[in-house]
Amino acid sequence: MKNIYSIFIRELKSYFISPIAYVILTVFLLLSGYFFYTVLSWFLQYSIQMQANPYGQPPPVNVNLMMMRPLFLNMAIIAVFMIPMITMRLIAEEKKTGTLELLMTSPITPMQWILGKYLSGFILYASMITLSFIPIFLLFLFGNPEFWPVISGYIGLLFLGGAFLSLGLIVSSLTENQIIAATVSFFLFLLLWVIDWIADSLSYTMGSVIKYLSIVSHFDDFAKGIIDTSNIVFFLSFIIFGIFLTYRSIDSIRWRI
Amino acid sequence: MISVENLTKYYGIKKAVDNITFSVKKGEILGFLGPNAAGKTTTMRIITCYLSASSGTVRVAGYDIFENPIEVKKRIGYMPENPPLYTDMTVSSYLKFVGGIKGLSGKKLNERVNEVMKVAAVEDVKNRVTGKLSKGYRQRVGLAQAIIHNPEILILDEPTAGLDPKQIIETRELIKSLAGQHTIVVSTHILPEVSMTCDRVLIINEGKIVAEDTIEDLTKKIRGSETILMEINGPKNEIKEKLEKIEGVAEVKVQDTKDGGLHKYHIESKPSFNIRKELAKTVVNSDWGLEEMRTISLSLEDIFLKLTTKEEEVQN
Repeated sequence: MKNIYSIFIRELKSYFISPIAYVILTVFLLLSGYFFYTVLSWFLQYSIQMQANPYGQPPPVNVNLMMMRPLFLNMAIIAVFMIPMITMRLIAEEKKTGTLELLMTSPITPMQWILGKYLSGFILYASMITLSFIPIFLLFLFGNPEFWPVISGYIGLLFLGGAFLSLGLIVSSLTENQIIAATVSFFLFLLLWVIDWIADSLSYTMGSVIKYLSIVSHFDDFAKGIIDTSNIVFFLSFIIFGIFLTYRSIDSIRWRI
Repeated sequence: MISVENLTKYYGIKKAVDNITFSVKKGEILGFLGPNAAGKTTTMRIITCYLSASSGTVRVAGYDIFENPIEVKKRIGYMPENPPLYTDMTVSSYLKFVGGIKGLSGKKLNERVNEVMKVAAVEDVKNRVTGKLSKGYRQRVGLAQAIIHNPEILILDEPTAGLDPKQIIETRELIKSLAGQHTIVVSTHILPEVSMTCDRVLIINEGKIVAEDTIEDLTKKIRGSETILMEINGPKNEIKEKLEKIEGVAEVKVQDTKDGGLHKYHIESKPSFNIRKELAKTVVNSDWGLEEMRTISLSLEDIFLKLTTKEEEVQN
């Protein structure tokens, strides 16, 4: 536990001492702010149109479904772009600079330092999405969205990010080049995002497997405000499997080189 | 303290370490000598559990490196050839981090960090970022990192590589001062270093151990024949001819000097012949001017070259 903590603190410091953390946080904040604004103005326009409806009582407008849900999906897309920047250095950099040799010859197990690294990436990601709550807080001040679906959306974002982080960690453990790590992670994230687009043109069995793999459909429930245990199981098993594969990949370094 | 038995390591089909066996006693400084790519680093990496072996066993302080890697790692301080520094950390925070993952904590950790900074003489840069340090300081921080948990065994991979002469001397002094409390394995391809710091030397070439002994014994063993240098004033060809006729002389090489009549003669004896008396007699009787006469002792460098070039000579 102490070892995990040592690694975790070092990694976190290294994010925040270097400009990495600030660049990532700023970019995310700018983009999510921009998306918030566009979604908000679309929503306002829509509600004005609805009020001017000449055919009697307008259908009810729902802030959570019509505004928060697309906002969460947008933030998830930004996460797809930002998480490779968080994970690319985690292991690849250690390989490049030779500090991997220090970790591997110190009396700590690979699992301990992998977990430490994963957690530090997760905390950076969590602080990133926490910042995006600022505009939403304003929405709470001036509007009346429901609280719990917003929390559910954030839980969904945490799970989604956690899964991407574990996948990015594997990729980072396979190369010593950070650019390659980032590019390949980004490719995999995007693939998982759009993989269900081909589901309809496949056989039923194949299609449902592909659909299950699609990370968006699991996330969308959270964005709608539904916390479904099957989705939680999906994300948790994704994360655990990713960390396990990273462990395997690190363990095999001893045998491969 | 360390026992290595029949250790073999393949990289793909290339044999990097070929069936080597050796042991290091407690408190000893073992020099690991060999040309580049001889298998020194590979062997060290296997002992420190960074790499696995293809076959063979290694035991460190009684623990097998495959069965009890954590116990082994606790007892070893390892300094790779390139010090494993996190370039964004300051020296003191880096050492604190390394101490932490090596099992120190709290007050003990702070004490040790201060101690090793003193020992490795890096106190004056303790608040500088390691990435901005000069090569000499980096190397010393690397050393400080290796000794922070006060390990029984120190494994240093080319600790003086890339340092200036003054730093080399300081580093050697530092290694010597660590002897006694630690068992040390130092690798190097610089020869004088071994004779200056080590008790015992192990010469490795192309993955095989070609010699293992104390430095004095090694010199004696190799020196079956001796080479004598003479500076003689006189006719070159005649002198050469006469000297070659003396019993026990294997070869005479002539070297011109700036002074026209004066030549240097390198005379190599056949094994176990003492030719000095005859040489002197011949020169004096022929009435040549003998300016200088001395034996050339084999330096470690010659031994090293002799041992590591043997194989090629056989092939030729």
